[in-house]
Amino acid sequence: MQVFPFLVVAWIVAVGLYGLITSRDLIHQVVCLVVVQSSTYVLLLAVGYVTGGVAPYFFDISPHAKAVDPVVQALALTDVVVEAAVTALLLSFAVQAHKRFGTLDPHELAEFKG
Amino acid sequence: MTPRQRLWLFAVAAAGLIACYLWAFAGLPGFGNYPGPYGPAILKHVIAQTNATGAVSAVNFSYRGFDTVGEEFILFTAAAGMSVVLRRLRGERKSESSPAEDATKRQVPATSSAVRIVSLLLVGPTALIGWWLATHAQTNPSGGFQGGVILATAFFLVYLSGEFIAFRRLSPIAVLDVAEAVGAGGFAAVGVTAVALSLPYLFNYLPLGTIPGAVSSSGTIVLISFLVGIEVAAAFILIIGELLEQTLLRRAGSS
Repeated sequence: MQVFPFLVVAWIVAVGLYGLITSRDLIHQVVCLVVVQSSTYVLLLAVGYVTGGVAPYFFDISPHAKAVDPVVQALALTDVVVEAAVTALLLSFAVQAHKRFGTLDPHELAEFKG
Repeated sequence: MTPRQRLWLFAVAAAGLIACYLWAFAGLPGFGNYPGPYGPAILKHVIAQTNATGAVSAVNFSYRGFDTVGEEFILFTAAAGMSVVLRRLRGERKSESSPAEDATKRQVPATSSAVRIVSLLLVGPTALIGWWLATHAQTNPSGGFQGGVILATAFFLVYLSGEFIAFRRLSPIAVLDVAEAVGAGGFAAVGVTAVALSLPYLFNYLPLGTIPGAVSSSGTIVLISFLVGIEVAAAFILIIGELLEQTLLRRAGSS
């Protein structure tokens, strides 16, 4: 089962991409993009995991305790917050598209120019 | 291109992608066998070098502080971009009233007193937890990013209690803009100060304290985490405020 977490990552990417392709709604599409993005958290944390390791915080445990990799955790941590802000920006584009063209369907939006 | 053709094209591309994925994963060390050396090296030296017991915060705000500056400016740009995108619409709003917009007419239920009381009760504790998290990055799993989001939630609870005017008065856009700029610029300034002291950018030049993990320990890590907290909180209050304003515009337009 050593590759199982990585297969989960591939599955999340695939599901999100499928949603992106087949979506008929911009907001749904943004959510699909978030799903694809969230696969990176699983990948990062899976890569940095050490069997039997604890969280890398040593306030109340020995500094020599076996701990998981802090670098990938820091990457995932900042990304969660930044991603939320970027998602909000994408959603505001969806709001604008709907106000301008009266639709959120990407296929109908493709027919408009400008 | 029809949706069907698009799906076929995707199927071909996805098959290739999955093949590459599986090939790449086959070359990874198995789950739980992280080989290092970067992570273990940081874990070995983090307390001696920074006096921070939270290794993740030390990575975020010290070892890889340079990356975090970049991340923070993405956040800054996203929040700024959002106010630009939505501001342009505000002027256009009156001239355009599409049929789809008229179709969104609906009754908005009043805030129930249960929601109002619970959210007002939670404002204080939420703000306290956010503040605590933003100022304890060096100790435990906390820091500016988490604390900032929770601080912003406290303001959102004020809105949830049905007090949009109070929400706006508590968080005027001018103050938020300044707070965001101070948070983002302050982080960069802490780094530049190190350069002025002829040290590497973002070098931890403040006293590290004596007790690992204490609030007064770990020098610039605490300071940067707090600045990030301000930046994140301001950015999220701005974002939430912008989206809420859109909702209110719709309600006003449809009633």
